[in-house]
Amino acid sequence: MAAPVLRWLCPGRCWAFARIGGCSCHGRGVPTASTSSGKRGQSSVARQSLITAQEPRKGDREWAAVVGLEIHAQISSNSKLFSGSQVHFAAPPNSLVSFFDASLPGTLPVLNRRCVEAAVMTGLALDCRINKKSLFDRKHYFYADLPAGYQITQQRLPIAVDGSLAYSVCVGKKLGQAVTRTVRVRQIQLEQDSGKSLHDDLRSQTLVDLNRAGVGLLEVVLEPDMSCGEEAAAAVRELQLILQALGTSRAIMAEGQLRVDANISVHHPGEPLGVRTEVKNLNSARFLARAIDYEIQRQISELENGGEILNETRSFDYKLGCTVPMRDKEGKQDYRFMPEPNLPPLLLYDSASLPAGADPQQVINIDRIREQLPELPSVTREKLVRRYGMLPEHSFALLNEVGLLEFFQNVMKETRAEPKKVASWVLNTFLGFLKQQNLAVSESPVTPSALAELLNLVERKAISSSAAKQVFEELWRSEGKTPAQIVAEKQLELMQDDEALEQLCRATMEAHPQVVMDLKKGNPRAINKLIGLVRKATLGRADPTAIKEVLERQLSG
Amino acid sequence: MLGRTLREVSAALKQGQITPTELCQKCLSLIKKTKFLNAYITVSEEVALKQAEESEKRYKKGRSLGDLDGIPIAVKDNFSTSGIETTCASNMLKGYVPPYNATVVQKLLDQGALLMGKTNLDEFAMGSGSTDGIFGPVKNPWSFSEQYRKKRKQKSHGEKEDSDWLITGGSSGGSAAAVSAFTCFTALGSDTGGSTRNPAAHCGVVGLKPSYGLVSRHGLIPLVNSMDVPGILTRCVDDAAIVLGILAGHDPKDSTTVQDPVKPFVLPSLTDVSKLCVGIPKEYLAPELSSEVRSLWSKAANLFESEGAKVIEVSLPHTSFSIVCYHVLCTSEVASNMARFDGLEYGHRCDVGVSTEAMYAATRREGFNDVVRGRILSGNFFLLKENYENYFVKAQKVRRLIANDFVNVFNSGVDVLLTPTTLSEAAPYTEFIKEDNRTRSAQDDIFTQAVNMAGLPAVNVPMALSSQGLPIGLQFIGRAFCDQQLLTIAKWFEKQVQFPIIQLQELMEDCSSVSENGKLASVSLK
Repeated sequence: MAAPVLRWLCPGRCWAFARIGGCSCHGRGVPTASTSSGKRGQSSVARQSLITAQEPRKGDREWAAVVGLEIHAQISSNSKLFSGSQVHFAAPPNSLVSFFDASLPGTLPVLNRRCVEAAVMTGLALDCRINKKSLFDRKHYFYADLPAGYQITQQRLPIAVDGSLAYSVCVGKKLGQAVTRTVRVRQIQLEQDSGKSLHDDLRSQTLVDLNRAGVGLLEVVLEPDMSCGEEAAAAVRELQLILQALGTSRAIMAEGQLRVDANISVHHPGEPLGVRTEVKNLNSARFLARAIDYEIQRQISELENGGEILNETRSFDYKLGCTVPMRDKEGKQDYRFMPEPNLPPLLLYDSASLPAGADPQQVINIDRIREQLPELPSVTREKLVRRYGMLPEHSFALLNEVGLLEFFQNVMKETRAEPKKVASWVLNTFLGFLKQQNLAVSESPVTPSALAELLNLVERKAISSSAAKQVFEELWRSEGKTPAQIVAEKQLELMQDDEALEQLCRATMEAHPQVVMDLKKGNPRAINKLIGLVRKATLGRADPTAIKEVLERQLSG
Repeated sequence: MLGRTLREVSAALKQGQITPTELCQKCLSLIKKTKFLNAYITVSEEVALKQAEESEKRYKKGRSLGDLDGIPIAVKDNFSTSGIETTCASNMLKGYVPPYNATVVQKLLDQGALLMGKTNLDEFAMGSGSTDGIFGPVKNPWSFSEQYRKKRKQKSHGEKEDSDWLITGGSSGGSAAAVSAFTCFTALGSDTGGSTRNPAAHCGVVGLKPSYGLVSRHGLIPLVNSMDVPGILTRCVDDAAIVLGILAGHDPKDSTTVQDPVKPFVLPSLTDVSKLCVGIPKEYLAPELSSEVRSLWSKAANLFESEGAKVIEVSLPHTSFSIVCYHVLCTSEVASNMARFDGLEYGHRCDVGVSTEAMYAATRREGFNDVVRGRILSGNFFLLKENYENYFVKAQKVRRLIANDFVNVFNSGVDVLLTPTTLSEAAPYTEFIKEDNRTRSAQDDIFTQAVNMAGLPAVNVPMALSSQGLPIGLQFIGRAFCDQQLLTIAKWFEKQVQFPIIQLQELMEDCSSVSENGKLASVSLK
């Protein structure tokens, strides 16, 4: 399940950790337990934002954290980056392996046009400059799931550079203003994915599955413009939505289509950046923010205890809730980069530079891809806010679930209910039911039309909103029935008969003299009890406001 | 019949003078007779006979596939051949049977050629002698020629002849020997720094290195991707043109092949060379150059001049940096290309199972010879972050300068360069192995490797026999993608010099007993 896109940040940009003298954060009662051992319970690093809420005291030295990300997104394509093998998730092991993928000697890479187009499109969506000429390089290391002994990537001259990604975070604890932040995109490069190694410790075997070997990846490098896990997670979520909107990656983290490495360091504001660590394989939205925040805390504690930060690679142990040094990457790797001699420079064109008479199959026109760019999530959200006057956070929420926006728009087409009311129904009731049963929007038993009809009944005051909830539950349970049918069957329509209501109210008061007495004695809550009793008598079909009116009239009369 | 050229035997097949099966059997017999040359690693007898059978059916139906239908060929054992072991003469790939054909192999088979076998080489084509493979050295057929034996008898008395055989040059020595000894009509070699032209010169055959990008490398187990080109070995220039015509062209599986459509290569018979400008690079007058080669070289220049061509001295000023530059680039790519041989997916795997790393190390130690391991080590050194700029990048810059040297010369109006192919004639094995592989390669590639760095076409044409009775060839270097022009000039030269045919009567007589019609006696005649 995807993480909510809005993450609650407290005011203050920097990591302002208050401390006194040489006392550690820990000692200040900061709700983290990130001792240098780093083995404390995982809950201790949650909700880092609480710390930032504290104003730094005078004389305390602030810490600032710097977070940069390297994000690998699997390109959504039928075949691999340099071979004709198909790309499927969870296919039988080693069933999607071409001779090239297994690095049989003599095989050569042939660049997949679709992957290049996906990279260009992603680059354009992230406001990058597309390099008309880019190059491929070999990055060497020995690993069981890297059959060639090198990965083909774009180290020297990547396909896209100098872009930016805007994402939003919410400031303050309550539903407040969403603040837009921007992180610079250093570059987007095309590269091969590796295979998968499965270690069987029991038999001390390693099993290799090459289905993933050679699948096209977009490596998106985000500059260290973020300062905490929350921001990083929000940026990743926004990128995920963009990739999904473009169709360039399915970007499902659980299936490994989006993988994140974070570079993290801390320093005192105004001083040079600290030594950074790299936290690898943050492959779950849930742990992304936590891992980064843990690492920031760890570094601060380490430095405050007189330790030093090693430039090392760490991984996040989600069971322990802490980052640990990665053993197998010990020692400095020298990747011995070298130009890939089997691939000529990748040349791209725009309409102006397109050579006359060029075979359209052999060239890629950047302008043509720009024309095909779909609407980006940020624009969609702006439009929602403008058109429906909805809260920005509702626009975020609508885009956060696949198909939810479409569902909302379909309901809107068939109802006269207020957009805000529709949004509230879709985001609270409808989404609540989906989540409870772990269903996707497309699996919902309630159609947009049915919800629209239900909202229309409320709008016409044919039923109360509490009755509407009942109808919705019934709709969810029994597919095929219309809201009107359910209302009729369950006799949920509002009482339109004033005379009958008057009588019911009178009868209720007569039957409960004690409550009437209380009321007369000045207990304001007693009226609510009466209203409740009358509603019960009407089987919930009367509007509470109307009941209150009648009761008050009768009492005063 | 076996002594004929490809074109001649092709005509004989068409006229029904001989059937593909007969031809195939003759070659197979000769391969067996000449087994001691060690030219072949694998003889694909069954495959060849089956192909011959099919070819014969086509001829009977009058549906021959073309000039190559029914023609016995051989392929260097670093081209992938589907279902046929491909070893690169290395323990690493012993027993490796590729599941696919190299594009060039497929193209030849599609034309109906008969694959006689896979030829010997230096391990992973790293060498200039065809002496450094696990299957042992290739012996130069000229060691056993009448021409050479006669001279030797005159000079030295009492020496054991058989122990003092000559090397073929390399690394495509097996292919050169196979063509030279009449066991096939053409053979594929590979040429990274001279590996086709060098053995061609030593074995007295035509060795063509086409322009880089003209012929697909898909399926050629790489040495240096940016310099490797499939080479063609034949007994005459026309044959090389026929084969090049079949092999050339874009291959979707090799992105470095040119997209432009390629026309078949038909060589006109040049009668007039007066409009030709032949360049003689002065830097190629190396001190190590033997006087015989040197005098033949100037004789060739005089020949052109006397026939009206303009012969001028030209300068390729960066030549002296070429070998060291080649060394850096070659070993770097070797280090990278050899990384895939880890024993996991295919090839040799050691018994060590302590850890993956230990398995890699032992596998690679057992699988590669010292030459390969040495190049891997130097290459990785040059690619280290701290060395990359100083070695690899610098070498690339020098490579560009070397390529530009050629561009400048050709832009000045030169049509073709004429140079020696080798420093001297083929050396006796016992002499040759006195130096290590690295020194030898550096010496032997001196005239040939710059061409690979510039991607130009070049061809060795045998010119004459040395005083020892051994072949000496000269190299023509052409403009990029002007392979046809290059071969046209080479053909003219070939016609002028009338290089003598190798006389292998002893061998052939033995062999002729197997053939029914005894036509093989015609071998020494043309």
